[in-house]
Amino acid sequence: MNTFKPLDILNADSFNLDVNNKIESFLMQYAYTLDDGLVKEWDSFFCDDGLYFLTTVQNEEDRLPIGIIHCQGRGMMSDRIIALETANIYESHRYCHIVTKPSIRSIKSNLFSVRSNFSVYRTMENGYTDLFAIGKYLDQVLLVDDIPKFKERRVILDSRRVDTLMVFPI
Amino acid sequence: MSKCEAPNHQLLTPAHERISWSENNGLTKIPYSIYSDREVYEEEQEKIFKGAVWNYLCLEEEISNPGDVRTTWVGETPVIVSRDHEGQIHAMVNRCAHKGALVCLKDADNKKSLTCVYHAWNYDLSGQLKSIAFQNGVAGKGGMPLNFDVSQHRLQPLRVTSLYGLIFGTFSDATKPIEEYIGPKMSAFMKRNLNRPLKVLGRHSQVIHNNWKLYAENVRDSYHATLLHTFYTAFKVNRLDMDGGIILSEDKWHHFSYSKRMTHKLDQEYSSADVHSAKYKSSLAAPELISSWEEFDDGITHSIQTIFPNLVIQYTLNSLAIRHFVPRGVDETELFWLFLGDKGDTDEQKHMRVMQSNLTGAAGLVALEDGCINSFVQRGTKTSPKQTSFVEMGGTVAESNESSRATETSVRGFWYGYRNIMGFNQTS
Repeated sequence: MNTFKPLDILNADSFNLDVNNKIESFLMQYAYTLDDGLVKEWDSFFCDDGLYFLTTVQNEEDRLPIGIIHCQGRGMMSDRIIALETANIYESHRYCHIVTKPSIRSIKSNLFSVRSNFSVYRTMENGYTDLFAIGKYLDQVLLVDDIPKFKERRVILDSRRVDTLMVFPI
Repeated sequence: MSKCEAPNHQLLTPAHERISWSENNGLTKIPYSIYSDREVYEEEQEKIFKGAVWNYLCLEEEISNPGDVRTTWVGETPVIVSRDHEGQIHAMVNRCAHKGALVCLKDADNKKSLTCVYHAWNYDLSGQLKSIAFQNGVAGKGGMPLNFDVSQHRLQPLRVTSLYGLIFGTFSDATKPIEEYIGPKMSAFMKRNLNRPLKVLGRHSQVIHNNWKLYAENVRDSYHATLLHTFYTAFKVNRLDMDGGIILSEDKWHHFSYSKRMTHKLDQEYSSADVHSAKYKSSLAAPELISSWEEFDDGITHSIQTIFPNLVIQYTLNSLAIRHFVPRGVDETELFWLFLGDKGDTDEQKHMRVMQSNLTGAAGLVALEDGCINSFVQRGTKTSPKQTSFVEMGGTVAESNESSRATETSVRGFWYGYRNIMGFNQTS
């Protein structure tokens, strides 16, 4: 009973959090999951047909469909996770996300439009840290059985220049 | 006085007189100093980027309207590309003729004319100075000398040319016409991929921490492809590709490599109704990542083309992209990705290009390693300027090879061109 899985804390039956708090905790949990190196949990934050689209603010303004990462559905996300863990080669590093308090707007009873800002620091194996990415999250969060999931997570980078490469999702 | 100047004079000794790099090993043993020597880098700016080469600037499509302006770089030099009100394309150094300030600050813009913000010197879209503020002074005082003539001042022009929708610029009067510069084989392959109404689908860039020439070698190096990039193997993607080949331009400076689908597979498919869908078996949970169709009848499914010095044209499955790698310093390069489609694409075709864009770019599943691998070489070599690499896979010469891609022949082709343009072949 006392062992938490990442999303249990968001279960309304155990904690009587209001929707805003629940969504805010959900966003935090997403960031902490990636920061703790649990990228294999990444797709579990999304609806089965959820969208993850990481692009630049210039592409967003020009309404261009190709960004840097474009996953439609959890299958594409899990393929990317497997690739990162088994195929791709890169120097090991970790992220530290700093996420602002979100603004949350209800679209339907169980669907919310959520915006927050982020900065991501990247620390390399040798201890060197740099500010890796800055931008905003434009999300659609769906409550599925009262548990939040991303229907869409659009990650809009102000920092168009990616330093070296982008391995892990933001 | 002369004592003070001596060290400066020393600095100006050309690389080919300073660096030991014999013609015998010119294509196979590359001295590591070539990647990290600051003076070599500065010499390249003059001899290569400002020399007799065509530098990629942008797409015609990106400045399709009168008044459209884009900024880019030729080597490290900031450049403006514009389309004037008669539809004529111009390129000029982004440096005001007055004090040298940048004139255009945005990546892209639409302007009636170009005005430097510093003192409001105003140029037309060809870069010709039209007017300056306070030419006659204020209230009869100050002003330019009476013999000042706006027609005598302009933004430094580059010659421009276009080929299959790509705009190129050169500082040199000696640069041959573009089709002659790249040669008939390169021109024909560029035509295959690009001769159509191009549409921009997305852009980004990545900063890689290595000398620009390491990326120039990397994209010509088909030896590393299946060794460093294991995505296809990891997901058991049956690419149905037979080993393709490598074609060097007549002068060896440029190249393309390709892989083809197996001919007998193609024959089988022609007998079925499924001619134009190239299906790949894999263990991907979401195989739509690599859904593709055959756009051409020549069976080529992947190709990479380089145009010396710093342009790459990628066509992988249906993912068409321009990669432009811009030197930012001796050990830093910015790699610009421009993903393209065809204005005639159906929604389904556009969708396939969008999904396939996950394969390349800064987070590309197939090739993201190229973002870091060149910096590994930079870091490995910078303290050993007199040591050399060993580039003999597939032989010691730079010739086309239509039977195998397990060769570094086009890497040697790059060095053949580089040695020529930098004067190394004169002294050995």
